[in-house]
Amino acid sequence: MVALLVAVVASIGIGSTGVGPGTTLRILAAHLLPGEHVATWTLVEDRIVWSFRTPRVLLAAVVGAALAIVGVILQAVIRNPLADPYVLGASSGAALGAVIGLVLGASVPGLLVSGSAFAGAVLAGLLVYLLASRGGRIESLRLVLAGVALSYLFSAVTSWITVTAEHGKLPGILFFLLGSISSADWATLPLPALVLGLGAAYALLRTDHLNAVMTGDETATSLGVDVTRFRIETLLVTSLLVGSVVAVAGGIGFVGMVVPHVCRLLVGADHRRLLPVAALAGALLLVAVDTLARTAAAPRELPVGVVTALVGAPFFLWLLRRRPVGGVA
Amino acid sequence: MSAALEIRDVDVVLGGRRLLHGVSLHAAAGEVVGLLGPNGSGKSTLLRTAYGVVRPSAGSVRTAGLDVATARPRELARRCAVLTQDHAVDLELTVLDVVLLGRIPHPRSRGGRRSDVDLARTCLERVDGIHLADRAFPTLSGGERQRVLLARALCQEPQVLLLDEPTNHLDVAHQLELLELVAALGVTCVVALHDLTLAAAYCDRIALLADGRLVAEGAPAAVLTPERVEDVYGVTCDVLPHPRTRRPLVAVSHRGRPVHPD
Repeated sequence: MVALLVAVVASIGIGSTGVGPGTTLRILAAHLLPGEHVATWTLVEDRIVWSFRTPRVLLAAVVGAALAIVGVILQAVIRNPLADPYVLGASSGAALGAVIGLVLGASVPGLLVSGSAFAGAVLAGLLVYLLASRGGRIESLRLVLAGVALSYLFSAVTSWITVTAEHGKLPGILFFLLGSISSADWATLPLPALVLGLGAAYALLRTDHLNAVMTGDETATSLGVDVTRFRIETLLVTSLLVGSVVAVAGGIGFVGMVVPHVCRLLVGADHRRLLPVAALAGALLLVAVDTLARTAAAPRELPVGVVTALVGAPFFLWLLRRRPVGGVA
Repeated sequence: MSAALEIRDVDVVLGGRRLLHGVSLHAAAGEVVGLLGPNGSGKSTLLRTAYGVVRPSAGSVRTAGLDVATARPRELARRCAVLTQDHAVDLELTVLDVVLLGRIPHPRSRGGRRSDVDLARTCLERVDGIHLADRAFPTLSGGERQRVLLARALCQEPQVLLLDEPTNHLDVAHQLELLELVAALGVTCVVALHDLTLAAAYCDRIALLADGRLVAEGAPAAVLTPERVEDVYGVTCDVLPHPRTRRPLVAVSHRGRPVHPD
């Protein structure tokens, strides 16, 4: 938590125009705390910190936390360590929605793109549910297979649209598919933050259920968990989370799969600890990665999704090698 | 005393196959009932109807005073614990956390986390597994795992305990220990077993299934006759009184071989 706050402030200060941590804190204080503040900074610094970087860094934190929570939930519910926001088709559904939105008109990620991404995710979730349920039951394997198949389908359609799109729209589409938080401003923040709040509250209330479904459907049922109903609930919640995230940040891979794993290695699989730790770690990671994305190749910006994979994959592999097999941290 | 488990004329059809034909089974409070029968005879399916995973197409099931068809799963889980055969081996929890899973159906207000941990430790002591408390579950041997999972079931504080072949993976000593423990719990228990002698030694009553039908039910000595065992399992056998306990001792030999070699 403290690390996250420090990272947020530091990240707001870092950028193509550096603003010292002291100045950053004073500017934030001036905006957040009531009372008179003597301005020891320039108007440009104020604009940079408050209008551009603060919403962007906060959005990175929200997106990171949301993706990590989705990963934790899906990995438990599907009992598959590879589960991430992409597996159930929600991500690719959202991406398809967004791309359709882009092609249909909106040149910049705006309300149309956000709305269609959101709709795409929820629609994908619904479709996966319908395909996976049989006789009132949902089995985890069927869920994964339906999700993966739909993902391929959505991706194919997305590629089709991308290839046939006007050239002028390509950079926008590509940037969206690779994931980026560069569109952040104060107006994009409330919806994902609200959905994150609701999703996190739901997940925290259901940590017992998450622990139970890890043991298998049969045992979970004997522990009083209505497994099928729980799957439907989590499918809905994760679709909403993914939709709200992809709508503002595009497809950011790896966070949702790796952060839960890393946190599980660190604090064990008990969701009462794992869930909050993963949410904070996801937020922290994405804040750090986004800072890297906008500074490493400045003045050009790298897509966040590219950086998460570049940084995350080697780290994860290193951790995998280091850890004693079968041990619980 | 009223029956803690009352299964009446249950039919189960799954995927077009009829797995149970009008099976009835009851267990009085505190009774240990052994469920015997060859592989595929319907033992697991019958147990599943008792904890609500399988819905019978006909008949009724009452477990610990609840109608399974209408009871809320959580309410049922407070009164009935199950040791299933499907175990997640890669459960990355400590043993104590695994046992604590048994508290999930119970309301949290009652005593808080501290008393839950105390209870979990007591349950581990009862299965002779307290020294495992901080171990990682995946590092346990098959026998240790089974005992820990029994502790988890006990941690649910059930009135009815359903065990599906709990002695799998256990060595002889731990098989005896586990069944002795189960018999001494004073909890109504229905346990599916493969070992006929073991069942005869620890069960108050025995129900014998074959092809989804109840073949016989009653005291071990009455159910486990040589003719019936031969009929159901297709093996020749002799039933002797155990030299120490006088319980039935089922000595099997493969059909086809002479019963008396000389």
